[in-house]
Amino acid sequence: MEVKKRKKDISGVLSLTIVRLMFFFLVFILILLLGKIFIEGIGVISPEFLLDEPRDNMTGGGIGPAIFGTVAVTLLMIIFTVPLGVFSAIYLNEYAKDTFFTRVIRTSINNLAGVPSIVFGLFGLGFFILFIGKGLDKVLQTGLLFGQPALLWASATLAVLVLPIVIVSTLEALNSVPKSHRDASYGLGATKWQTIRNVVLPQARPGILTGTILAVSRGAGETAPILFLGAAFFLPNLPIADLCIGGYCIPMINPTEQFMYLAYHIFIMATQSSNPTKTLPLQYGSTLVLIALTFLLNITAIIFRYRFRKILGRL
Amino acid sequence: MEEKDFYSKSAESKYAKKIRKFTRVKESAIKFFFAVNGTMALIFIILIFIFLFKEGIRALDHIGWLDFLYLDRTDASGTVQRVFQWYPTSEEPRYSLIPLIIGTLLTAIPATIISTLLGVGAGIYLSEVANPKLKEFFKPMIELFAGIPTVVLGFIMLVVGASFFNDLLNPANRLNAFVASIGLSFVIIPIIASLTEDALHSIPNELRMASYGLGATKWQTVSKVILPAAFSGVSASIILGFGRAIGETMIVLMCAGNAANMTVNIFLSVRTMTATIAAEMGEVSQGSDHYFALFFIGIVLFTITFFLNLIAEIIINKMRKKNTF
Repeated sequence: MEVKKRKKDISGVLSLTIVRLMFFFLVFILILLLGKIFIEGIGVISPEFLLDEPRDNMTGGGIGPAIFGTVAVTLLMIIFTVPLGVFSAIYLNEYAKDTFFTRVIRTSINNLAGVPSIVFGLFGLGFFILFIGKGLDKVLQTGLLFGQPALLWASATLAVLVLPIVIVSTLEALNSVPKSHRDASYGLGATKWQTIRNVVLPQARPGILTGTILAVSRGAGETAPILFLGAAFFLPNLPIADLCIGGYCIPMINPTEQFMYLAYHIFIMATQSSNPTKTLPLQYGSTLVLIALTFLLNITAIIFRYRFRKILGRL
Repeated sequence: MEEKDFYSKSAESKYAKKIRKFTRVKESAIKFFFAVNGTMALIFIILIFIFLFKEGIRALDHIGWLDFLYLDRTDASGTVQRVFQWYPTSEEPRYSLIPLIIGTLLTAIPATIISTLLGVGAGIYLSEVANPKLKEFFKPMIELFAGIPTVVLGFIMLVVGASFFNDLLNPANRLNAFVASIGLSFVIIPIIASLTEDALHSIPNELRMASYGLGATKWQTVSKVILPAAFSGVSASIILGFGRAIGETMIVLMCAGNAANMTVNIFLSVRTMTATIAAEMGEVSQGSDHYFALFFIGIVLFTITFFLNLIAEIIINKMRKKNTF
């Protein structure tokens, strides 16, 4: 019998080559852009640049207050969002049955992740500042303390924005805890809550941590939501106040003040600076710091998750 | 006999009964606590909707529905002219959303087209072409690029991209819809690429084997078997990408030029809905018509992206059901 030789699929090979070329073109462009930021920015980076405050009408000095503001806001954000996200995921994975209602909740988690960030800004203004803040002022008789753009409301808004990230990665972590472990715990007479607390949550911890890191990275990079929630062009003082209990005073983040924010700082320097060309090195420097921060966080999260999955794979 | 008593309920001491009851109450209280937290995502979606509407709907007190589309201006000679302009701070304020919607589409549609080509290509490469080792390296890379803050992309397009395209194409405005859409592509490509990769990856291997068994080449398998099978997943990723493009703020704010032109020329400055809110909300006085109009834009934006996300979600859910028999 004669075997017919397969025709060489020239157009197919060509198409595959194009797909390959397209991919490496993408990688090339991204490396080019990141390389440009790195080369232009690395010369500016110094301890003074990272710690000093802006000088000479924002044409010199460093980005210290902007870094401080970013850390302060994301810290508060984490305090708000992580418990909420973890509890939410525990409900969905451990308690809820697959009903119409839980499907609606799952859909709204995905939908929340897709709401435009500027809409979160409007939401923060309408809900947190005007409704809750003004309401607090009325109840507590504090005049105009809470009902204005401030660090607290920026963190609260960002907490809502990153909530889906925390929920989704906690869900993944909870889901990967084998059912046999839960059954073993029940078999020993443990209640549901004891099982969750002593068996499920400890194993899910790396996943929760991954979600937290990703949330910080996302929150630190967001600019649009905080545009009118208290981000300031320049502030002479850090948003710090002394918290005094008895005779002891410790400096704390003051959540009712405005703040500088690294991402906002880049935006404002690039578009509304008095001398954009003179400050260009500073802009590159700030951008490099922000991108290094988010990359570092993301890489940590990726490595964490990789290890976590590997351990689970071995089980 | 004694053993039987030990297991029967009557033998349980009153104290043990109390503990059991307490445990039951405690467990259901804990369940309730988690359930309340569990509904938070839904509650926030509803709150966003309510508070956008609460402020935005008041725009209709002074601005009519039709004013959001056009304004009939009567000039000195008495001729009526229909204008489509966004000019809320003028003495005769004009609130037409048409130029803003056109600006949004003029940046989002080209960005989605570019990202579909490159993103689906990258997804195919990762899922079907790349060898496993390279894939293990590139997949996290894509995740990493998806995490680049948009303000960084806006900045780099503003200082590098805009000049590059200015020299290359010599557009009418240095900052224009085209530059913005290139910037947007950087955000959307990773989204489309990773979701496409997921969709292709979830196609059962039997299909590939069957195709190869029939003598198909690799490209024939990809283009005639795998891609059609993953069609719904790929289209969901494109819809999600389009939603992101419409909702993206910083890149269009920095690179699109921010002039509310009524144009379909991609090389002219445009102003999107998101950029309008971002640029004007800081300066507007609270409680003015302009302020409420900005919230009204927020409603439009939220509604569009909400439905795009919902459609994508439904498609993805259907796909999952189909692939897991």
